[in-house]
Amino acid sequence: MFTSSTCSLLRDQNTVLGVTGTTFCPEQFMNQYFQLFFYCLFLLVYRLHGRYHEMAPNVVPMDYTKDPDVKLPMQLIINMPELKENPFKERIVASFSEDGEGSLSFNDFVDMFSVLSEMAPRELKAIYAFKIYDFNTDNFICKADLEKTLNKLTREELTDEEITLVCEKVIEEADMDGDGKLGFADFENMISKAPDFLRYSLGNQVYQQKPF
Amino acid sequence: DEKKARGERSQKRDRGKTAPNKDQKESENKEKKTMKRGKEGENKQKKDRKNSISSSSNSSDEESLSEEELAMLKEQVEQKKKLISTMRNKPWRMVKKLSVLREAQDFVEKFEGALGKGKGKKLYAYKMMMAKKWVKFKRDFENFKTQCIPWEMKIKEVESHFGSSVASYFIFLRWMYGVNLVLFGLIFGLVIIPEVLMGMPYGSLPRKTVPRAEQATAMDFSVLWDFEGYIKYSALFYGYYNNQRTIGWLKYRLPMAYFMVGISVFGYSLMVVIRSMARNANESTADGDDDNFIFSWKMFTSWDYLIGNPETADNKFASITTSFKESIVDEQESNKDENIHLRRFLRVLANVLIICCLCGSGYLIYFVVKRSQTFSKMQNVGWYERNEVEIVMSLLGMFCPPLFETIAALENYHPRIGLKWQLGRIFALFLGNLYTFLLALMDDVNEKLAEEDVVKNITHWTLLGHHNSSAGNDSTVTPRPLDPADVPRGPCWETTVGIEFVRLTVSDILVTYITILVGDFIRACFVRFVNYCWCWDLEAGFPSYAEFDISGNVLGLVFNQGMIWMGSFYAPGLVGINVLRLLTSMYFQCWAVMSSNVPHERVFKASKSNNFYMGLVLLILFLSLLPVAYTIMSLPPSFDCGPFSGKKRMYDVIQETIELDFPLFVAKIFSYVANPGLIIPAILLMVLTIYYLNAVSKAYQRANAELKKKMQMQREEEKNKRNNKANTNPMLQDLEDLLTPSTKTESPPKQAEDKKMESPNGTSPVGKPGRGEVLPGSPMANSRGAAFTSPSQVFVTQPRTLGIRAPYPGQPRPWGHPLRPVPGRGRGQPCYPRAAR
Repeated sequence: MFTSSTCSLLRDQNTVLGVTGTTFCPEQFMNQYFQLFFYCLFLLVYRLHGRYHEMAPNVVPMDYTKDPDVKLPMQLIINMPELKENPFKERIVASFSEDGEGSLSFNDFVDMFSVLSEMAPRELKAIYAFKIYDFNTDNFICKADLEKTLNKLTREELTDEEITLVCEKVIEEADMDGDGKLGFADFENMISKAPDFLRYSLGNQVYQQKPF
Repeated sequence: DEKKARGERSQKRDRGKTAPNKDQKESENKEKKTMKRGKEGENKQKKDRKNSISSSSNSSDEESLSEEELAMLKEQVEQKKKLISTMRNKPWRMVKKLSVLREAQDFVEKFEGALGKGKGKKLYAYKMMMAKKWVKFKRDFENFKTQCIPWEMKIKEVESHFGSSVASYFIFLRWMYGVNLVLFGLIFGLVIIPEVLMGMPYGSLPRKTVPRAEQATAMDFSVLWDFEGYIKYSALFYGYYNNQRTIGWLKYRLPMAYFMVGISVFGYSLMVVIRSMARNANESTADGDDDNFIFSWKMFTSWDYLIGNPETADNKFASITTSFKESIVDEQESNKDENIHLRRFLRVLANVLIICCLCGSGYLIYFVVKRSQTFSKMQNVGWYERNEVEIVMSLLGMFCPPLFETIAALENYHPRIGLKWQLGRIFALFLGNLYTFLLALMDDVNEKLAEEDVVKNITHWTLLGHHNSSAGNDSTVTPRPLDPADVPRGPCWETTVGIEFVRLTVSDILVTYITILVGDFIRACFVRFVNYCWCWDLEAGFPSYAEFDISGNVLGLVFNQGMIWMGSFYAPGLVGINVLRLLTSMYFQCWAVMSSNVPHERVFKASKSNNFYMGLVLLILFLSLLPVAYTIMSLPPSFDCGPFSGKKRMYDVIQETIELDFPLFVAKIFSYVANPGLIIPAILLMVLTIYYLNAVSKAYQRANAELKKKMQMQREEEKNKRNNKANTNPMLQDLEDLLTPSTKTESPPKQAEDKKMESPNGTSPVGKPGRGEVLPGSPMANSRGAAFTSPSQVFVTQPRTLGIRAPYPGQPRPWGHPLRPVPGRGRGQPCYPRAAR
C-alpha cells in the first residue's frame, strides 16, 4: 500500500505540517511508537488528500507520485464545511493560493490546513491573518480594508457613521508609526497582546456544537 | 528497489552540491577561527573521539575527513536540523518548503550517521505526539467544562442577540438558583426529611392533625389553594414540627437542628453574597488595564474560526454586531461634550422630582395603612376599604417606574449608569411595599398572640376535664385519649406568617408569568399578525414589540428572594417552591425574550461585575434578617405548635442543648463568652480590623491607578518614539545605500514572487533566525517597500524585541559577505529539545 514515493511525500509533508521536527524513514520504524506515530501521520495527510480529492474526483488524481499540476478553483474550496460559514473564506483561500487568484494546488491546500491548525505557531498565524485582512493586497491594512472587514463581521448591520467611528478607533489604537494605516509591525504588535488570538482564531476544527 | 536507488541518486546529487558549499564555508570559518578557537577546541576533541568509532564503520570516505571538517560538518548538520524543526514556522509556500526540506533531510541523513547522532528521535517523536494529544485533550476538556455550566448556551444565545446587559439578568438568575439550591439542600436534608422519616406520623398529635371542624373541606382545591387544610398541617410549615427533644433511633435533635438551619440559611447567604461581591470586585480590577485595543481586538480576533454550523455562525454574527454596538455606545458617551452646567442643573432637577415622587408615595402608603387600621376596627366595610392598601400599592408599582424612567431621560446618563439609578429608585419605592406588608403581618401576629392566651387556658381545661371524666366514669379501663382532631388549638402565629409568605410568593409567580405571557407574547403575536390588516404600522408605531425590562426583572428577583429569606424560617417548604420557580422562570423567560422581545435601542455593555445587583441582594438580605431576628428574639413561640413550643423564647433551645448534652465546663465557657465584657472588646476589635483592611485596600487601589497611568504614559512615549524613527528611516536607508554599493547581489528570481512574506533568513536555507544575519543590500532595500518590509521581517522572527530596536536591514557591516550565523552558537545543545519549542 505504501509505495516508496507516496511514503516520502508523506514524510516530507508531515514534517512541513509541523507534526514532527525530525527525520525518519520507514526502515526505522521498528519501534511500536514509531509505527503508531507514522500511522497517525499517514492518516493525516491521507485524510487531507481525501478531502482534496472528493471536491473534484475527476480532476484530482488519487496518485501523487508524479506530482501533477492540478489546481482546484476557489468556488470548490470555499464550500468546504470548515470554511463555509467563515466571512473571510474568499480571502483565506486567496491568501494561500500561489497565484493569488484563489485556486489551490494540493500543496497550497496542505499549507492552508497546516497554518490553520492549532499546532501552528502564533507568529505564522499572525502573518497569514495579516494577509487575510489585507483585502487589496497592498501590504497595509488601510481604512478600506477595515471597512470591508467590519462589514463582513457584522453583515453590514452598522450604520455608516458607526463604521467610520470604529475604523478610526482601530487606526488610532493600533497605528504605532502614525501613517494612518496598519503595517505588519503594527498588526503583529496589536495581535500579540490579544488574549483570544491564541485560543481560537485561525484554528480549524469543525465543531458540531456551538463553541461557546 | 526503487527507494534505495532513489536514495543513492540523491546522495550523489548531494555530494556534488555540498562540495562547493563546504569550501565556501571553510574559507569563511577560517576568518573567524581566531575568535572561536579557544571555545571550540575542547568541545571538538571530546566529540570527535566519540564520533570516530561510529564513523569509521560507516563509510570509507568519511575517514579521510580532518577534525576541522568534521566540526564544520557537525555544525551544518545541526543547522539543517534546526531548519527542519523550524520549517513549519516559516511563511513559505509549500513547494519551497518541500524542496528545502528534502535537501536538508538528505543532508542530515547522509552525514548524521557519521556524527553518531540520532538518539532521542523516538523520544522526541513520542513527545510531539503526546503534546498534540494534550492540546486536543485540553480543548475537549474546555468544551466539556462549558457544557457543564448549566444554561451557558442559552445565556450566550440571549447575550448574542440582546447584549450583555440582558444576559447579566440571566446570569444573576442562575446565581440565585445556585444559592437557593444550597438552601434547599440544607433545609430539606436537615429538617424536612428527618421529620418525615423519624418524626411522629400524621394524626398522632393535635398539631399534626386537621381539626374536626375543617376536616370536611380539608381536601377541597379552593382550600388547598389558600394553603389551608392538609397543606397547613404538613411538614411544609413550622406548626407541624414536634417539640420532642430527640427523634428516632438516631436521637436526632430536631428542634436544635431546626434552629441551627434557620440561622445557617442566613449565615450561608450572607457569606456567599459577600464572597461573590469580593470576587467580582477583584475581577473588575484585574482586567481593567488592557483596554488599549478594544476595537482592534474586536475587529481582528472576534471571529471564531472553529465555527462550522450555520446556526452558530448566525449567533456569532449577532453577538459581534452587538458587542460592536456596545463599544460604540461607550465610545460615544466618552466623547460627548456639551453644556456641563445645563446637564448638572437637569440632573439636580431630576433628582428633586424623583425624591418628591418617592416622598409622596411614601406618605400615601403611610396614610393608607393608618386608614386601614381604623377600617379594620369597624364592622361593615366595603370591598374597596378592605383592599385599599393592596390597590394603592399595585397602582404605585404600576405607574411609578415609567414615571421615573421619563424623568431619568432628563439626566442623560450612560444607559449603564442610568440603569443603576433606576434600580435604586424603584428599590426605594418597593421598600414601602415591604414596610406595609411587614406592618400588616405584625398586627396579625400581635392579634394572634393575644388570642393564644385565651385558647391556652381552654385547651388546658379541656384536656384536664377529659382526663377527669374518663377517669371518673370507669377506672378499670385505661382512659381513652382525646382524639387529636378534637383538641382545641391555639392560632399558631408562626404558621400563619409562613402561609402568608408562601401565598405571596405563589401569587407573585403567577403575576409574573401572566404578565410575560400577556404583555410580551400576546402583544408580540398581535403586532406580528394583525399588522397585515391595520391602519398604521404596528411594528414601528404604537404598540410595537416589548423590550426586556431589566430593572423590573432584577428587582422582582431580589424582592422575591427577600420573601424567601424571611419566610423560610416559618415555612421550610418555601425554598422548594422557590427553586421550582427559578427553574421554570429560567426556561420561560429565555423563551419569552427570544421569541417576543426586541433588543434595546441602545444596546449597552453590562458592568463587568454584577456588584450592583449583589449590593441590592445584600441590602434586602439585611432587611429581611431584621424581622426574623426580631420574632425569634422577642416573641414567645406558640404553646401548642412548632419545635419550640413550651419554651419561653426560641433560642432557649441552645441553652437547653448546652446544659443537657455538653459537659459542664462548656456551659461555663459559654457563659463567660456571652459576658458583655468580652463581647464589646470583640466588636471593637472587629471594627478596627475592618478599618485597617479598608485603608489597605484604598492604598492598593491608588497604587493600581498610578500604575495604570504610568503604563499609559509609557505607551504614548513608545508611540512618539516610533513616529520619530519612522521619519528618520528613509534617510538612514539612503545613507546605507550609498555606503554599501559593492555588496549588492542578485537574489534568485524565484524569490521575487515570495518577497512579500519572506523573511530575510529565507534567502539562505541555512539561515538562522536572529538579528545577526540580515542581508545587506538585498534588492528590496532601495525600493520604497523596504521601509516597511524590512522591519516587519525582523519582527517575524523576533516578535519579543519590538520595544528594543532591532538593527536596520542594510546597515553597513565590516564583512563583505552576507553573514553566516555565528558558528558554535547552537553547539553544545542537542537540536531535538530545541525544536520542541
